[in-house]
Amino acid sequence: MSELYSLAVLGLMSSLFLGLLRVLRGPGAADRMLAVQLIGTTGVGMLLLLGPLLGQRALIDVALILALLAAVAAIAFTGEPRESRDD
Amino acid sequence: MIDVVSSLLIVAGVGFYLAGSIGLLRLPELYARLHALTKADNLGLGLLTAGLMLQSPDLLYALKLLLIWLAVLAASATSAHLIARHARRREKRP
Amino acid sequence: MNPVSLQLFDVLLLLSIVGLAWASLASPDDRRSVILFMALGLLLALAWGRLLAPDVALAEAAIGAGLSGALLLAALREQPRREAPGATEAVAKRGSSPLQAMTQWVVTLLCAGLAGILGWVLMHIFAGPPLDRLTQAVSANLGVSGVSNPVTAVLLNFRGYDTLLELAVLLTAVLGILALGPGRAGYQPAGPIFDALARSLAPLLILVSAYLLWVGAHAPGGAFQAGATLAAAGVVLRLAGRQRIGLPPEGALRLVMAAGVGLFLAVGLSLLLLGRPFLGYPPAWAGALILVIESAAMLSIAATLVLAFIGGRLPAHGIPAAEPATRRREAITTAAAPERGGEEQSGC
Repeated sequence: MSELYSLAVLGLMSSLFLGLLRVLRGPGAADRMLAVQLIGTTGVGMLLLLGPLLGQRALIDVALILALLAAVAAIAFTGEPRESRDD
Repeated sequence: MIDVVSSLLIVAGVGFYLAGSIGLLRLPELYARLHALTKADNLGLGLLTAGLMLQSPDLLYALKLLLIWLAVLAASATSAHLIARHARRREKRP
Repeated sequence: MNPVSLQLFDVLLLLSIVGLAWASLASPDDRRSVILFMALGLLLALAWGRLLAPDVALAEAAIGAGLSGALLLAALREQPRREAPGATEAVAKRGSSPLQAMTQWVVTLLCAGLAGILGWVLMHIFAGPPLDRLTQAVSANLGVSGVSNPVTAVLLNFRGYDTLLELAVLLTAVLGILALGPGRAGYQPAGPIFDALARSLAPLLILVSAYLLWVGAHAPGGAFQAGATLAAAGVVLRLAGRQRIGLPPEGALRLVMAAGVGLFLAVGLSLLLLGRPFLGYPPAWAGALILVIESAAMLSIAATLVLAFIGGRLPAHGIPAAEPATRRREAITTAAAPERGGEEQSGC
């Protein structure tokens, strides 16, 4: 299984690289944000694989936090501010 | 036997991740790229966690994996919707 | 893990991190820089995980990737937007002066020199025998520290004084934020989809933060990570359009924010009165004291980060409860009711 995990992590790493190209290229801010979301989910996958691979059980907690907070960041990107301060 | 099933699931998961990234790169516009994103988030992570759940040391670990997948499902679907709506509104403004 | 695969992974990760950092700094558009910075935070969390430092990875994921991104984006809203082509022209014009060019070259060479020296020092350190006297000292005394996670033991017990001062720094930051006056205008009330997510995400984040606080005693976690996650719950609610996000009124809120430092100080001073050194916990009570201090610290950290996101004071208590979204929903249901009433009367 360990060999498979290594290969899978490398596969996800290449997926992350492709996502990075979109982050750097993507014509608009929304494209970049989308790519950041993808990088986040790829990172979650990598952490889940690195956990058993490196023998660090706690990496699953890191994956959980990464998943939740990357979503928060993406939502913060799309927030529509109120017009006036009196609302 | 369990190892074989796990391996297949994990490989399939990574495959969907790669499909998502390639889609993100190759598809022509933002709204199409959103579809690519959800392939990676739903199926990619889902198959990956399914494979890892079969290998998990105890029940708590497996349940955490399930929780991560469900949270990412809900959150990424909503954020994809929000990003699309945000981009649409920007288009309509002069 | 296969060493070759591991090295390949490391090289790719390093290239990505350096490339992203460079791109983030070199980008002329502020918004692009922030988004690249968020991606950088994600990769750094991954790197910390790879380096077998889950506590730092948790903190980086919570604060560096998630909250910093949200804070910077919220702050950017106040700035007038610089369109990218114009900004690139401005950069090109700025760089044309010979003095500017020379300054840039000097700074670049100095930075390269510094990086070279650091690299040489690090390689020297890693080539020699492992320097683990500190690790051994911590492991030797872990039994009397009250917790079994060495990171928490160092943060809250062995170097508790440092953590007290860090919390004081956070308190000073809060005072600065409050001095800014009323906070930003807030966000539109959320549509049904985001509202549904916020209703599930915020409680989940609160639960996860309580879990991180609790698990920090024997596994990676702790007050800072828990506080950041709790703040994320507040940020989500604020983004969904709830103005006060259920925080207590001003007076109680200030009490909560000061409680981190206050409780820490109170514990230290009481121990002093009891004849022990400042913050020298008796081993039998250490675990309980650490949990109490961490709980107060978590609340203070969360309050600080949420206030930073809001950008100032909260609006006053007593904002009218009916948001425009609920008024819309009420209008739709009252419009549908006469139709339903008609169907029942026709007898199905």
